[in-house]
Amino acid sequence: MLDGLLVGLMTALSLKMILLVVAGCLIGTFIGMLPGLGPMSIIAIMIPVAISIGDPAGALILLAGVYYGAIFGGSTSSILINAPGVAGTVATSFDGYPMARAGKAGKALTIAAISSFCGGTIGVILLMVFAPVLASVALLFHSAEYFALMVVGLSAIAAFSGNGQVGKALAMTLLGLMLATVGESALFNMPRFTYGVLDLQSGIGFITLAMAMFALPEAIFLILDPARTKPKSEQENAVKDLRITREEAKTIAPVIARQSLLGFFIGVLPGAGATIASFLGYAVERNLSTKEEQKEFGEGSIKGLAAPETANNAACTGSFVPLLTLGIPGSGTTAILLGALIALNVTPGPRLMVDQPEIFWSVIISMYIGNLVLLVLNLPLIPYIAKILTVPRSYLIPFILFFTLMGVYIGQNNAAELLILIGLGVMACIFRVAGYPLAPLLIGFILGPMLENNFSRSIQLYDGIGFLWQRPMTGALLLMAIVLVLLPTIRVFLSRRRNPA
Amino acid sequence: MSLERSLAFFFLTTSIIYGYTAFFVIDVSLPPFAKLSPVWPSSFPKILAAMGVLLGFFLVFSKPSPNTKTEIDLHQLQSYSWFPVFALLGMMVIYALLLRPMGFIVSTFSFLVIGSVVLGERKLLLLSIIASIGSGGIWYLVQQVLGIYLRPWPWFLSGGF
Repeated sequence: MLDGLLVGLMTALSLKMILLVVAGCLIGTFIGMLPGLGPMSIIAIMIPVAISIGDPAGALILLAGVYYGAIFGGSTSSILINAPGVAGTVATSFDGYPMARAGKAGKALTIAAISSFCGGTIGVILLMVFAPVLASVALLFHSAEYFALMVVGLSAIAAFSGNGQVGKALAMTLLGLMLATVGESALFNMPRFTYGVLDLQSGIGFITLAMAMFALPEAIFLILDPARTKPKSEQENAVKDLRITREEAKTIAPVIARQSLLGFFIGVLPGAGATIASFLGYAVERNLSTKEEQKEFGEGSIKGLAAPETANNAACTGSFVPLLTLGIPGSGTTAILLGALIALNVTPGPRLMVDQPEIFWSVIISMYIGNLVLLVLNLPLIPYIAKILTVPRSYLIPFILFFTLMGVYIGQNNAAELLILIGLGVMACIFRVAGYPLAPLLIGFILGPMLENNFSRSIQLYDGIGFLWQRPMTGALLLMAIVLVLLPTIRVFLSRRRNPA
Repeated sequence: MSLERSLAFFFLTTSIIYGYTAFFVIDVSLPPFAKLSPVWPSSFPKILAAMGVLLGFFLVFSKPSPNTKTEIDLHQLQSYSWFPVFALLGMMVIYALLLRPMGFIVSTFSFLVIGSVVLGERKLLLLSIIASIGSGGIWYLVQQVLGIYLRPWPWFLSGGF
């Protein structure tokens, strides 16, 4: 581990890489503050830029910087104008916004920055410790187990991300898998499901789908409902009193320690991610605090602000564990990162640490640098950061739409892809209105080809589906997948029987 | 019929069409040597289709969840601003179709200006300046820095369609 760490340090501490981290953090922070452009859309926009760097380590470092920056940017807009740009920072606004209204915006932003920094840093240390262990276990896996593991991952995502509506999330996952089969198949290069349309022969681009699922619906909702962006003009008392006192530091220190651990391990679970970690962190700290402190929650409690911020960032780091060691993205954002990695000819998985240790370790080191850069850059920038929120929406929205179109066009160089984007984007809006989660669709789409390839390979090896019961680990994993899908359904069923209201 | 259920129907129909293609269309053009393989290009889609149809039926006949929290209030559809949404979506389609013949700079400039005007911006001079900087800057970045070819001007200025 130590020599790997040194290789990573050498790669990540070159001037180019540090500049990339700084640039990524800055871009991420500024775009992340815009409501509606969460880490997922920003990373999707940045992918063409990252790919053009050519060097996978550099590209991943840039994207990791953007990811961190975007999460911090999201908390900034949650605190200042109660407009969480990202689902993961919704819990931040519970106590951050009341603090800002009470004239303690500066303090709130500082606490957010420090908690994010601690959460992220502790997360990186845990990642360094646990990733190699997980990866060595993962080396025992064959294609049959990979297939089963991906089924588990997809079921976990469906089970955790659907707000309890497993059926809907499963349907979206299946739709994503179906979309992934459009185009030429890996077996015999046969075109499938193209229905005679030549532009579908090469399949649907992953950036197209990512933009259609996240960036486009947000922009459309922003147009539909102008109130979504309207700042509530509390900026006059925005940023004073940056310092936190010694007592306050003492109050939040145990919160940060607890939530870093909790957040990290939730982040490791596929499908749970930063949003769940932040809500859970908020709830846990509320239950743990004394009666008087509980009253402060929701009115501007510093504990209530530190908890979700720490958990959120630790979870983001945690979600890199399954991505880098198993090749399974735990969240929509890491799914996009996975797509970017594959485009850069890097296949994340247990072999990554053996074959390309410089990529693995430099990413981990640069995550640490990214955290530090965020803290150093953002503390003095906080007063200016708030200004970007005042860009009028009549300028903002056409630019968001244009960037969406451009991201897709640059990736594919095909105008027909833009029409696919618009069509899928409209569909995504309708699904979102009806409460269907969109992230499972994208994750299904990205895992689809891998799932099918491992499935086909196992069948070819065993000349049939015998691997399902001949390999105990495969069987056990598939059983776990079934349990994951059925468990929430059974729980809902039981609770309905208990109180049939 | 509620939106939720309509989408369940949509999912079911999609799965059925997908399944029909997987079971009856793809295998027709399978070369004879490929038929010896234990797994066909249609094997995985067949499983997906079967699961999709089952799940589709389940969703269509299950009770819609009462507490679905959505961002758009379906009972107050008329209170949302629909015109700019459809105008901008239409403009995106036109942009997609005109990007090649009209060139990047002209189409992007018009898209940004008209888009802002649709959303209620009236300072045309400022708008034109921002739109020119935006379209010119992005063109420079993509073409010169990233090295991806984007035709800047319409076909009659750069010769040939």
